[in-house]
Amino acid sequence: MSEPLIEARNVTRVLPGLVPVTLVQSVNLKILPREFVAITGPSGSGKSSLLYLLGLLDLPTEGDVLIGGRSTTNMAEDERAKVRLSNLGFVFQFHFLLPEFSLTENVALPMRALGELTEAEIGERAAGLLDSLGLADHRHKRPDQISGGQRQRVAVARALANEPPVVLADEPTGSLDSKSSAQVFDLLRSLVDERGKTVVAVTHDLTLAARMDRQVRIVDGRIVADEKTTPVPA
Amino acid sequence: MNLVFNIAWTHVRTRARQTLIAGFGVATGVGFSIMMASLMEGSQDDFVKTLVNVLPHVTISDERNKPTLQPGEVRYAVAEIHGLTPEVRRRGIKNPMASIAALEAWVPGKLTPSVTSKGLLRYAGRDVAVSITGIDPRTEGKVSNLETQMRQGSLPALYRATNAIILGDRLADKLAAKVGANVTISGSRNIRINGTVVGTFHSGVRQVDEGAAYVLIKTGQILEGQTGLVNEIRARLNDPMIARSVAARIAAETGYKSVSWEEAQEDLLSAFQVRNIIMFTVVGAILLVASFGTYNIISTITHEKSRDIAIMKSLGLTERTVRRIFVIEAMAIGLAGALVGSVLGYFMCVGLGLIEIKTPFVDATRLPLKYTINHYLIAAGVALFSSVVAGYFPARKAARVHPVEIIRGAT
Repeated sequence: MSEPLIEARNVTRVLPGLVPVTLVQSVNLKILPREFVAITGPSGSGKSSLLYLLGLLDLPTEGDVLIGGRSTTNMAEDERAKVRLSNLGFVFQFHFLLPEFSLTENVALPMRALGELTEAEIGERAAGLLDSLGLADHRHKRPDQISGGQRQRVAVARALANEPPVVLADEPTGSLDSKSSAQVFDLLRSLVDERGKTVVAVTHDLTLAARMDRQVRIVDGRIVADEKTTPVPA
Repeated sequence: MNLVFNIAWTHVRTRARQTLIAGFGVATGVGFSIMMASLMEGSQDDFVKTLVNVLPHVTISDERNKPTLQPGEVRYAVAEIHGLTPEVRRRGIKNPMASIAALEAWVPGKLTPSVTSKGLLRYAGRDVAVSITGIDPRTEGKVSNLETQMRQGSLPALYRATNAIILGDRLADKLAAKVGANVTISGSRNIRINGTVVGTFHSGVRQVDEGAAYVLIKTGQILEGQTGLVNEIRARLNDPMIARSVAARIAAETGYKSVSWEEAQEDLLSAFQVRNIIMFTVVGAILLVASFGTYNIISTITHEKSRDIAIMKSLGLTERTVRRIFVIEAMAIGLAGALVGSVLGYFMCVGLGLIEIKTPFVDATRLPLKYTINHYLIAAGVALFSSVVAGYFPARKAARVHPVEIIRGAT
């Protein structure tokens, strides 16, 4: 069995306050290479919170999250940012593209922040990513000049910018119509099958989850089920 | 870094109107600061220059700091004597020509002896009290600007008539005395002589122009009733700024009272300090108010861009990088404002310099303005600094945004 890319060890996250709210309770989870994982659960169950913890966007109150075997709890914020930049890609429900920048510039942003490639290489790579996701004609458009489904595809392209092994998606199809939804889902599927990425997607859509390889079900911050999807005979 | 500039520039560019207004606020502040500093320092310099030109740099007079000792004090070790009238001392500087010769040996400048006295001028039934100075026309020109200040006649004209006198132009107006008029000069010792007006001068200092008159030393001595009297030696130094130390040394060597122009005008010069403090306070306030505009725009941008900030942070941009974006935006506003403001300030100075001030009796003068790169550097520097500070606080706040909170809020 190969090394887990992300591993949650007894992770608990409590929101402090007058009445402390437990978002995630003692979760143990291993995400392996080339997995296509769905995190499902009713609203308010803590599935997005778990994703943010796995993606180092949030700090656990207890426990540890390991990325590629490295403990991250005691890392400085800047170091965690660096790990996110090079190891993790994010896709949110809302596309979150920078409105003043062209699609190419949006995709180039994480590469320029990492600063390992020259501007020319970055431009080339960003264009290549957009082309491979069928957005070649829109490279120089701005986000408000394309459709919602296209925007979400650009967001996926941006998540892939620094070639991270893992893409974390939070309700990636949540704000899309069914046709665009299907396109984005197919895109995520191709990331696993064709590019060898691991994709972890939070969704409340059970039919969508049923088309992924592994389903983790969360209720009240705890994992209640974690199973491989049995292939539906065609 | 390139990325940071890129994002900052895009933010500024897409908010051209707001940025322009903030930048213009800074520019106005810088412009007016420069103009004010230029005018204030210009008028101060102009005034000091006039003072230095009109006044002798060092004045040595025959006053002594203590009355003459009583014979009893000289002979016995008496501690104190009360109620005795001191001996009346013969006035004047002893051996004036020898004193001048001794001082000329080391004082870096020119010296001239004179006799000062108070008197009353009478002409056509009008009386005006004046201070009358007996001068030596041959050396006077090297110590004061009297020669160049002559409106009518000249200094050597004093030799051309008996008891010749030169009047300040306002004084001449007051008396209605023209060149050639015969005036009566009454000295403080009940000596009255008739004099002839041979010229007028204009120094620019009102007090002098309406209350001073010049005669020959000899005439002054007649008015004081004492031949050979010289009660004042005036010096003009090559460098007026060392007057204070030269005056102190003269006082120590000769024992006579010796006053530099700075000491003589101490109250005026300290008034300038107060004026400068007021100026810097006002200028500082202008620049501070201008920086509020910068604070405002950066605050607004960070508020509008909180979603972008969240996504940039979630992608993995560090807090420092995000903060830098907005500080650079503030810096850009400050820099643009400083540049435009410098140009604005320069043209406002030029514009002010074109204004003529017309006063009766005097040639039209222009506002005195001082042009120095320092005003521009200080105003631009303060504006840039306050802009960066004004931008730093909202930038720091923005950079601390927790991405999860914004991302949750947006969905």
